[in-house]
Amino acid sequence: MKIRIKFSKTGPVKFIGHLDMMRYFQKAIRRAGIDVTYSGGYSPHQVMSFAAPLGVGLESQGEYFDLELNSFTTCDEIKTRLNTAMAEGIQILSVRILPETAGNAMASVAAAAYEVRFREADLPQFDWKPKLVEFLNQQEIMVMKKTKKSMKELDLKPFIFSFEIKEDVILFLVDASSAGNIKPSLILQAFMEQNQQSLSEFALLVTRMETYGYRDDKEQRELIPLEEIGYLA
Amino acid sequence: MNKLALKEEILLRVEKPARYIGSEINSVRKDRADVAVRFAMCFPDVYEIGMSHLGIQILYDMFNRREDVWCERVYSPWVDLDAIMREEKIPLFALESQDPIKEFDFLGITIQYEMCYTNILQILDLAQIPLLASDRTEDDPLVIGGGPCTYNPEPIADFFDLFYIGEGETAYNQLLDLYLENKRNQKSRRDFLLAAANIPGIYVPLFYESSYHEDGTIAQFKPTVEGVPATILKEIAMDLTNTCYPEKPIVPFIKVTQDRVVLEIQRGCIRGCRFCQAGQIYRPVRERDVEKLKEYAIKMLQNTGHEEISLSSLSSSDYSSLQELIDFLIKECSEKKVNISLPSLRIDAFSLEVMSKVQDVKKSSLTFAPEAGSQRLRDVINKGLTEEVILQGAKEAFLGGWNRVKLYFMLGLPTETEEDIRGIAELSNKIAMLYYETIPKEERKGKISIVASTSFFIPKPFTPFQWSPMNTKEEFIDKAYMTRTAVMEQLNQKSIRYNWHEADVSMLEGVLARGDRKLSKLLLKVYEKGCMFDAWGEMFKNDTWIETFEELGIDMDFYTTRERALDEVLPWDFIDCGVTKQFLIREWEQAKLANVSPNCRVQCQGCGATMFQGGVCFEN
Repeated sequence: MKIRIKFSKTGPVKFIGHLDMMRYFQKAIRRAGIDVTYSGGYSPHQVMSFAAPLGVGLESQGEYFDLELNSFTTCDEIKTRLNTAMAEGIQILSVRILPETAGNAMASVAAAAYEVRFREADLPQFDWKPKLVEFLNQQEIMVMKKTKKSMKELDLKPFIFSFEIKEDVILFLVDASSAGNIKPSLILQAFMEQNQQSLSEFALLVTRMETYGYRDDKEQRELIPLEEIGYLA
Repeated sequence: MNKLALKEEILLRVEKPARYIGSEINSVRKDRADVAVRFAMCFPDVYEIGMSHLGIQILYDMFNRREDVWCERVYSPWVDLDAIMREEKIPLFALESQDPIKEFDFLGITIQYEMCYTNILQILDLAQIPLLASDRTEDDPLVIGGGPCTYNPEPIADFFDLFYIGEGETAYNQLLDLYLENKRNQKSRRDFLLAAANIPGIYVPLFYESSYHEDGTIAQFKPTVEGVPATILKEIAMDLTNTCYPEKPIVPFIKVTQDRVVLEIQRGCIRGCRFCQAGQIYRPVRERDVEKLKEYAIKMLQNTGHEEISLSSLSSSDYSSLQELIDFLIKECSEKKVNISLPSLRIDAFSLEVMSKVQDVKKSSLTFAPEAGSQRLRDVINKGLTEEVILQGAKEAFLGGWNRVKLYFMLGLPTETEEDIRGIAELSNKIAMLYYETIPKEERKGKISIVASTSFFIPKPFTPFQWSPMNTKEEFIDKAYMTRTAVMEQLNQKSIRYNWHEADVSMLEGVLARGDRKLSKLLLKVYEKGCMFDAWGEMFKNDTWIETFEELGIDMDFYTTRERALDEVLPWDFIDCGVTKQFLIREWEQAKLANVSPNCRVQCQGCGATMFQGGVCFEN
């Protein structure tokens, strides 16, 4: 049986990288005494799949991974047990059972919602909000994106699904599938450049609010939080 | 949520920021207002190395069991953060509270190897604590050193207020109580140090001085004040089973060197290899009860979630209940899907059987440490491993499916000849030949791979070789070259890879290992010139060290290549580690005759450790 686990990552633990988070959860699952399935061989490992890696320095309210279990009690009981094994700043938000047909967390990722703000010292020195709306409403948003080998010109527009500006906070819903995977910093960097400004490397405070997949329905491609692909029991 | 000492912009700029954030599982957080003593425990190297050290985990646990003490950790900031902290004048902080170290009552530093000495200065400097103990005031933390290097603390004596000689489990509570009493009575730092100097195992360098002969050797070492002991007897935990042991060790977020549960099964070693300091200073051998170890194994795996468990000791094969412990672990761990790692096992039928159960034979290699290439030289160093035993072990291993062998040797051992050096290559070749003789062509899975490594022998205090001259750098390099040439002349040279250690850093380690107080000013100077992380090859600035020796008129050869007379006052003579000088002299004489001394269980050699009234000395 496969379960999908949703967690948040806030505070100092945001400086822990993705690989270390995976190691952290492997140990936490042991501490929590979850009856997880192991692969065979001399160094057996837990059968788990993480949704979308979160960069160092980013916080999140919507991280996911899937876990294969040998036996199951209830979603609530597993959630409680895991939470007693957590470090400060990491919290299990939900545990759901995945239907047999569901793809794994990583393959299911389609979009992510981000909350972005400028650090106080890095607030743009111009009236940036209307300019940003104007920028995001262009027909196309051409940027240079670094690939492994070279720089490539890319239109960001189709990857930005929606945006909203609330006071000093910018909300983005962007493509996070393996084909797109747009980082909010890339958008804002392009914006600042278009306004003849530069964006310093650590200017943004970014929180991933949710990670989305598509509802398993060929008629209607609707984005839903990854947890909603699973069900409670 | 804990407030961090470093700004986010800084953490995002440095490599592995998780080194500096604390908050790990099982780390201890207390309320500042509830404790009377703040103790910062330091390993002066990067987090990944420091977090792998068992001694700190033990003391951290022991101190934090006291309600009135909060013990926290601090490690060396890597050079990237070091530069930022200097630039922005950020004081070094402890991981748990993120408070500056300079506000603490104690800074305890474990000193595990000589090449970390400049890192000690980095820690003090970044903490904004005066480097010299004599410059510190009532407001500065008390800086206390512990660990194996304190068996000759003299080269770093000027930087420490106190040293704790021996095992920490026994006298620390007394020291902390004394500190609290001193504070209650509003007495001074000096009052505390004077009283502390009378606690067993505590050495306060301020109250002692050396005078020197014209040739630079020590004329006399003695206390400068009344009422402090002339010799310091090491502290030792005789009832190992009932000393405290961390059942909930800290689980780091990032991958550290020792990323597993560590069970310390015993302390000390019965073998008495003559080059080995640990084999002497931790005498007598004391075992932990096997039932207690089983209990710890279960609790520690449960409390950490680690996926691997390892045994720790100088020679695990000598632990009397090893079979029982391993059978238990194999059973427990296969259920829990935990890996077992078994270092320091002698290769024999038993260990091969165990290893084939716990590791993938195809991926693992066999390790032998003959230390010397010929039987004669192995007898000189009292390494009771014979060629016959090595070849027998290797043969059984080949039949069991192994085809990778690692061999460890030393170059520059006392009495070494060209023949001994050639022996390294010849033994490697014999093992390769044995593989081809033992395993028929059609059954071979790939060819045999032998990796022979040599390090350079450095005489250490409290060993029978403490009087021995060390080789010169040129001799070392010639010998490494000679070894390489000899390897290339072997029939199976294509199956043998030869590695050797850097000579420069060995020479410095040689100076510091048997150094005296005159070296403190050298350390200060090289630190001021930017030396630190000397144990990290890419950071080591040999030229700066050499140039500083010349500037200060300090002769390296005095400390390294000079043969000491048996009646010379050695800088560490004021420490009593239980093993007597007469015993060490006897062993030094036996070494020169290539006579082997039996191990503690075969026949007592009268080393002196019986004075501790326990352990292997009283087994029967």
